[in-house]
Amino acid sequence: MSGVLYSLVALGFVLIFKASGVFNFAQGAMVLLAGLALVRSLDLLVTRGFPLWAAIILGIGFAAVIMAIAAWLIERFVIGPLVNQDGLTLFMSTIGVTFILEGAAQMIFGSDAYPLRLFPTDAWFLFENVFPGGILVNKLDVWGGFIAGILVAGLAIFFERTKTGRALRAVADDHLAAQSVGIPIGWIWFVVWLAAGLVALVAATVWGTKLGVQFSITFLALKALPVLIIGGLTSIPGAIVGGLIVGAGEKIAEVFLGSYIGGGIEYWFAYVLALAVLLVRPQGLFGERIIERI
Amino acid sequence: MLYREAGQFKTTYAEDMAIFPIRQDRIALAILLGIAFIGVPLLADFDIWPFGSDYLLRAILLPFLILALAAIGVNILVGYCGQISLGSGAFMAIGAYSAYKLGTGVHIPLAWFDFAISIPPLPVLLAILLGGLTAAVAGILFGVPSLRIKGLYLAVATLAAQFFFDWVFLRVAWFTNYAPSGSVNAPTLDFFGLHVGTPIERYLLCLIFVTVFAVLAKNLVRGNLGRQWMAIRDMDIAAELIGIRPLYAKLTAFAVSSFIIGVAGALWAFVYLGSWEPLAFSIDRSLQLLFMVIIGGLGSIMGAFVGAAFILILPILLNRIPSELGVPLSTETITHLEFIIFGSLICYLLIKEPHGFARLISLGKEKLRLWPFPY
Repeated sequence: MSGVLYSLVALGFVLIFKASGVFNFAQGAMVLLAGLALVRSLDLLVTRGFPLWAAIILGIGFAAVIMAIAAWLIERFVIGPLVNQDGLTLFMSTIGVTFILEGAAQMIFGSDAYPLRLFPTDAWFLFENVFPGGILVNKLDVWGGFIAGILVAGLAIFFERTKTGRALRAVADDHLAAQSVGIPIGWIWFVVWLAAGLVALVAATVWGTKLGVQFSITFLALKALPVLIIGGLTSIPGAIVGGLIVGAGEKIAEVFLGSYIGGGIEYWFAYVLALAVLLVRPQGLFGERIIERI
Repeated sequence: MLYREAGQFKTTYAEDMAIFPIRQDRIALAILLGIAFIGVPLLADFDIWPFGSDYLLRAILLPFLILALAAIGVNILVGYCGQISLGSGAFMAIGAYSAYKLGTGVHIPLAWFDFAISIPPLPVLLAILLGGLTAAVAGILFGVPSLRIKGLYLAVATLAAQFFFDWVFLRVAWFTNYAPSGSVNAPTLDFFGLHVGTPIERYLLCLIFVTVFAVLAKNLVRGNLGRQWMAIRDMDIAAELIGIRPLYAKLTAFAVSSFIIGVAGALWAFVYLGSWEPLAFSIDRSLQLLFMVIIGGLGSIMGAFVGAAFILILPILLNRIPSELGVPLSTETITHLEFIIFGSLICYLLIKEPHGFARLISLGKEKLRLWPFPY
């Protein structure tokens, strides 16, 4: 079930879109940066003779600091000066950020594929006594689902209950109005990018365990786009449900449809599904209705 | 002093409506075209550095011309009609592969009817133009969602086109004439009995295509259709209210843009690459074209040329500079540095000049008109 993994990346997209109206193309690169920072610092600490649990805590702390620095730099030098530009310009600037992050991450931390072992990857067999063979459940998927659940709950509480969360929603509604009531927009955007960076870090731990930390993670992260469209760009539960639909849908399509038309349709199935959803329900399954005013 | 239109009186309506109303612009363009059509071939013929080597023609001028043509196509859609497209690479691929199929002969067996559709190999020129036409049809099909959705949603829809056609040309062996490696070779380039083989001939061929399409596009965007597109871009609801049909305007923008991109794709495959794989038209190509348009200037034909030149030459320079300065760097580091510098430059340009180089040029022109007494 890679669906949970798609959801994790999509969550980062939704966070930034909700809070700043920016469609963040750099989320995949942020996953790569977080993963590389984590795996490299882990390797270093373990070879220095730290016990594993200390290495993991320190490694995650180090990666979190890296994401914080990245968030601060992005806000300070790219997104900050672009306040009041239209969505297209902001979108393009995040593509620029993608290039910078990919280059910098690989230059600093190396560009090979690094294995990451944080979660168990073996499988359980459930219901073996109910019917022969049972159901094969990968422990990693359970962990992934568990973490995604915690993240959603945490983010929902953050958005609904805390002062910063409320300020964040205000910024998303109207930059100018939010600024005029005294909300520090720069600080809010830093918080948003930091949150997206931390979600990227979580995604990197799960993805890295499954596939190893490597450059191709950024391509898989593109799959989060159709997930967003299906779930709705502004909805956190939508990101989760969309991810599950895409993850399950493309596997099912590959098995039942793929054999008829040549195989490998996993590659585009999610996008075409998103296209179909767009035609029927442009705001996605859980998105807010798009209302246009002149 | 040099650039001032004082004293140039327009006595007929035709003069008033000319593409280049200012005489100095016309002279500059004539000189530029003269250099491109006569100067470069002459210089190459006399072996004058750097035109004597094939490198400049083959690795810089040829891709520059073709990508500039594609950028014009993208600019019509993104810059004039305001519909973001991340699928330009796919439309280049459609142009290339359908031109290839038409250039080598199409055979569709219809087993149910005991009948087969066969088209003999078409002349290359016809194949390239029909390739563009096929891309236009595909463009219209994938443009249909644009009637309901816009902006970033549309970007994802065009991304669907990109990934779908990547897959089609990789997996459906019919398109590659069942080539085992998936890579195909272009048919020989014969135009009206003339064989196009040497770099200079290829260069001239592309130059002719680019000139014709640039003039066509420039005329199109200042006419009725272009104004409809711009009205849709600026505010679609308001445009609808004053009687512009969004269906017609958006789909024509998709058709014209895809046609030009398709022709550029066919040229890219036939003239520049010679033999190619679907990888040549991946999502990276789409992003590259989008960058060209944004950096060059949205809604400007000249911007497409400037953007194409910038995006092509920057990596070459970045590759050269460390070795020229004698700084030893591994190729890996250079690639990563290239990424960083490229990304930073894009961000910097977006912050400092969101309207691209074309805006800088028109600002420069305004300044020149008042120079040396800006009062």
